[in-house]
Parts: sequence; C-alpha cells; structure tokens
Amino acid sequence: MNSLFLTNILNLPLLVHLALPLTIILVYALVAIWGERKVAGFIQDRLGPMRVGGWHGWAQSIADLLKLIQKEDIVPTNASRFLFKFAPFMMFAASYAAFAVIPFSSGYIGSNINIGVFYLLAVTSVLTLSIIMAAWASNNKWSLLGGMRSAAQMVSYEVPTIATVLTVIVVAGSLNLMTVTEMQSGNDILGFLPNWFIFQNPFLIVAFVIFFISILAESHRVPFDLPESESELVAGYQTEYSGMRWAMFMLAEYADMLLLSLLGAVLFFGGWNSPFGDFMGGPVWGFFWFMLKGLLLVFVMMWIRWTLPRYRVDQLMHICWSVLIPLSFINLVLVALWELIF
Amino acid sequence: MLTIIKQGWSTFKSIFTGMGVTIRHFFGPSVTLQYPDERYELPENSRAKLYVNIDDCIGCNLCARACPVNCIDIETVPATADVDLGKTSTGNPKRFWLTRFDIDMAKCMYCDLCVHPCPTDCIYMVPEYEYSEFDRTNLIYHFSNLEPEKIAEVKEKAEIEAAEKKKKREEMQKAKAEAARKKKEMEAKKEENEKSGDDDNAPSKPESDGGE
Repeated sequence: MNSLFLTNILNLPLLVHLALPLTIILVYALVAIWGERKVAGFIQDRLGPMRVGGWHGWAQSIADLLKLIQKEDIVPTNASRFLFKFAPFMMFAASYAAFAVIPFSSGYIGSNINIGVFYLLAVTSVLTLSIIMAAWASNNKWSLLGGMRSAAQMVSYEVPTIATVLTVIVVAGSLNLMTVTEMQSGNDILGFLPNWFIFQNPFLIVAFVIFFISILAESHRVPFDLPESESELVAGYQTEYSGMRWAMFMLAEYADMLLLSLLGAVLFFGGWNSPFGDFMGGPVWGFFWFMLKGLLLVFVMMWIRWTLPRYRVDQLMHICWSVLIPLSFINLVLVALWELIF
Repeated sequence: MLTIIKQGWSTFKSIFTGMGVTIRHFFGPSVTLQYPDERYELPENSRAKLYVNIDDCIGCNLCARACPVNCIDIETVPATADVDLGKTSTGNPKRFWLTRFDIDMAKCMYCDLCVHPCPTDCIYMVPEYEYSEFDRTNLIYHFSNLEPEKIAEVKEKAEIEAAEKKKKREEMQKAKAEAARKKKEMEAKKEENEKSGDDDNAPSKPESDGGE
C-alpha cells in the first residue's frame, strides 16, 4: 500500500487527529438522526420532517440541536451531582475513544496499534459503566431499572460479539484493523467477488449474522432497546436528563451505532476496499466506500427498528445465552477447522 | 435439534417477511398531505361550518328550535306596514327584520339538524374548517347585516306600530264588549218581556239543555 502517504498523514498534528473523527461523528449524527426520522416516515407511509431548511427538512437536526442548547440544564435535587453531570461525557468519550483504531481510509487511521480490536472492545465496555453511572446517579426508579437492564444486556451480548470478532481474527491472524482491511483487498473469489471475509468462508456468514444481532443489542437498538423502552421505562437511564446532557447521550448512542457498524464493515465487508478492485480505489474513495458500508449497516439497523417489536427481558437473555453464545463458539471452531483444511 | 432448526428457520423467515413489508412501504408513496401547503377538497355535503344566507332568511326561528345545543340565537322584529322587505329567492315573503342572528360555533355539534327544517334553505354547512380563534367569543358568528342604528330605528318603529295596534285592538275589544253588553241588555229586556208574558217557557231554554 502507499505507506509513504500513511506515514505522512500519521505525522499530522495531534489536533487534527483529535478533530477528524469528531467532525465525522458530529456530521454523521446530524445526518443519521434526520435520516432515522425520514426512514421512519417512509416506512410508515409518511414523509418525516419536511419544513426546516427547504429540501426535505434537511436542517431539522440542526434546529433540534439549537433548541437543545437553549434548554435548561436540570439536575434533580436528590441526584448525585458530580456523577450525574459527568456520566454523559464519559459515555461519549467511551464511544469516541474507540474510533481511534477504525481505519477510515487507506490513508487515515487515528492510531495504528497492533491490538486495535482488543482496544476497541475494551473501551466500549466503559459504555456500560457510564450508563450505570447515569442511572444510579439519577436517583430515579426508571433510570435505575433501565441502567440495570442495560448492564445485563451489554455484559451478556459482549460474549457473542467477541466470539464472532474472534472468528474473523482467526481468519485474519491480526488484531490490527488496518492489517485486517488490507488482507481483504483484491477481487479473487470466483473471479469477480472482492476478497471480503464474508465471501471467503461460509461460516463467516453465520458469524456475521450473530455479530449483527449482537451489535443491535450492544447499541440498544430495537428489538433489543430494553434499557430505554419508552412504553415501560419512560426513557430508561436518560429519564432525568435534559438539554445538552441528554443530547450527549443521544450523540454517544448514534456514535456507538456507527462504531459497531464500521467495525462490522471492517471485519466482514472489506473496510475501505472498493467492491470493484482498483477501480475507484485510493484514500478518498476508500473513505467513501467505508462510510457507505457503515451507513448501509446503520440503515439496516433503522430498517429493523421500524419492523420488529421489542423482546422481553427473559427472551433477550434466552436468545443470548442459549442460542447466540453456543452458536458463536461452535462457529468459531468450524471456522478454525475450515482455515486448517483449506 | 430438528425443532431448533425449524424454529430458527421460521424466525428468520418471519423477520425477512416483515422486513420485506417495511421496505415495500419505504419505497412506496406517502399517503400524507403537506397540510398548510396543500389541502384536501372536502366533499360538498361535509359538515364543517354553518353559514346563513341572511338575504333568504324569513326569521321563522325553526332552526333555533331544532338545535339540540341552543347555539343559534335569533331575534326578530316584525316589519312595519310602511316597508316591504321583499321576497326570498324561493318566493317566501319576508315579514321580519332580523335584528340578531348569532351562531355560536363553539357550541355547535355539527348535527345538521338545523339545516333540514329551514323552509328557504338559507342555513347550511359549508366545507370550510380553518376557523380556530384565540378568543372563544370570536367563534360566535353574527349573520345579521343590520347596523345598530337601523336596528334601533326598526325596533322603535315596530314598538310604535305595536302600541298603535294594541290601542286599536283595545278599542276594538272595548267596542266589542260594548256591543256584547248592549246585546245582553237587549236580551235581558227581551227575557223580561217574555217572563212577564209566559213563565212556563223558562226551563225549556236550549242553553241549559246543552249544559246538562
């Protein structure tokens, strides 16, 4: 690969490294929140927001953001003040920190470390902690119930997520996400299919299905949105939050959604690799393909959200512990055998 | 094992069926209307707002009596003999000044019951539904087209005429009473004459027969 370009961009000032993914996340969050409302509208035969900004209400999220900035920052009297105020920022920090190891294009990765996947999984575990922090500090029954559910859910679903990530790591043989992506370059399968891991091995398709179900649960999306199921728990752990602190939670959730979708794109769909080989390759197109793949997965998440009803807590745990975890481990063994034989 | 596979199959099948339905709707047309920019054309007989064609109203009060919630308030003053209010477009003669014709749309329950009794078809629903107001009193619609001075004038005239008529009637009644008294006196005289003539005739009078 063009390693000269890579080293050049890695020598950029620290500030650029700090700001680049943040810009991507902020722009993505505005687009995704608007997009989610549009998707919801279209699926329900409506139009969604149409008025702010002219064309199809594209500025709706910006208007919402401006409104949220003006809102009063309420801290309940009996809340634990410091933890209550700190939790949303910690949550965003946790999901933002994980973007450091995501290879956005062949020319840009925040930190080209050798334990990228491990770092990512470890850092996203802090999300659980910050959710419990917010829930406990709110001193509210809905918040606490939501927080507890979320802790149980995220801890449980981390197991199948990690097991399926492990299957990819078994095939790739590296924890560095940049290396994992580079391994998927080229169009050799059946003569035309790209060398993406999803096409390399039939068991990796099963792995992807399990991975996708798990990241739905990890990012609290329907049908696993129990921590914030509004019909039962008002808003779950966010119940007491208002204004920008609530917006930080929202931002962190959407960032988490994107993060896990991008991880899925890296692990199964070739990251920044173009589906047409060298055609439309290069760092800039690489960024385009990578975001396209990630956003497509995000779109599928939204699509599922407006299709499926919510699971019960016991059903959620049943799916995880007695279906996904055994399946993912069996699958891990099968993938390893496949790699050994072929 | 077989049941697990079967269950898994049916689960995925149902999920993909549902997702197929939603994606069809995703690409399908929207059924909503961009309301303030475009509006539905309401059907002609839709009940949205009451309207009174005051030129055709004869002040018969039938609509006000039909109204179950008493939202129609009509006050009429009879036209004096020196004015001719003309005829309605249906040919009914107009005999009253409509000094007040108020409809309180805040009370109206859109039952349409006032529309059918109208002999001249002058009260009817119109398909206009955007008439919300900040003040409830603005929902009382005044259909009378007379100015306050005109109303006062008309009322005064009508009062004078009524007083005159009353006077006339009283005079007439008086005259009638006088005539009746005279008649009675005459009859009494006649009776006296008859009594003096023949006493036996008295019990066989026709009135006492009918009474019993």
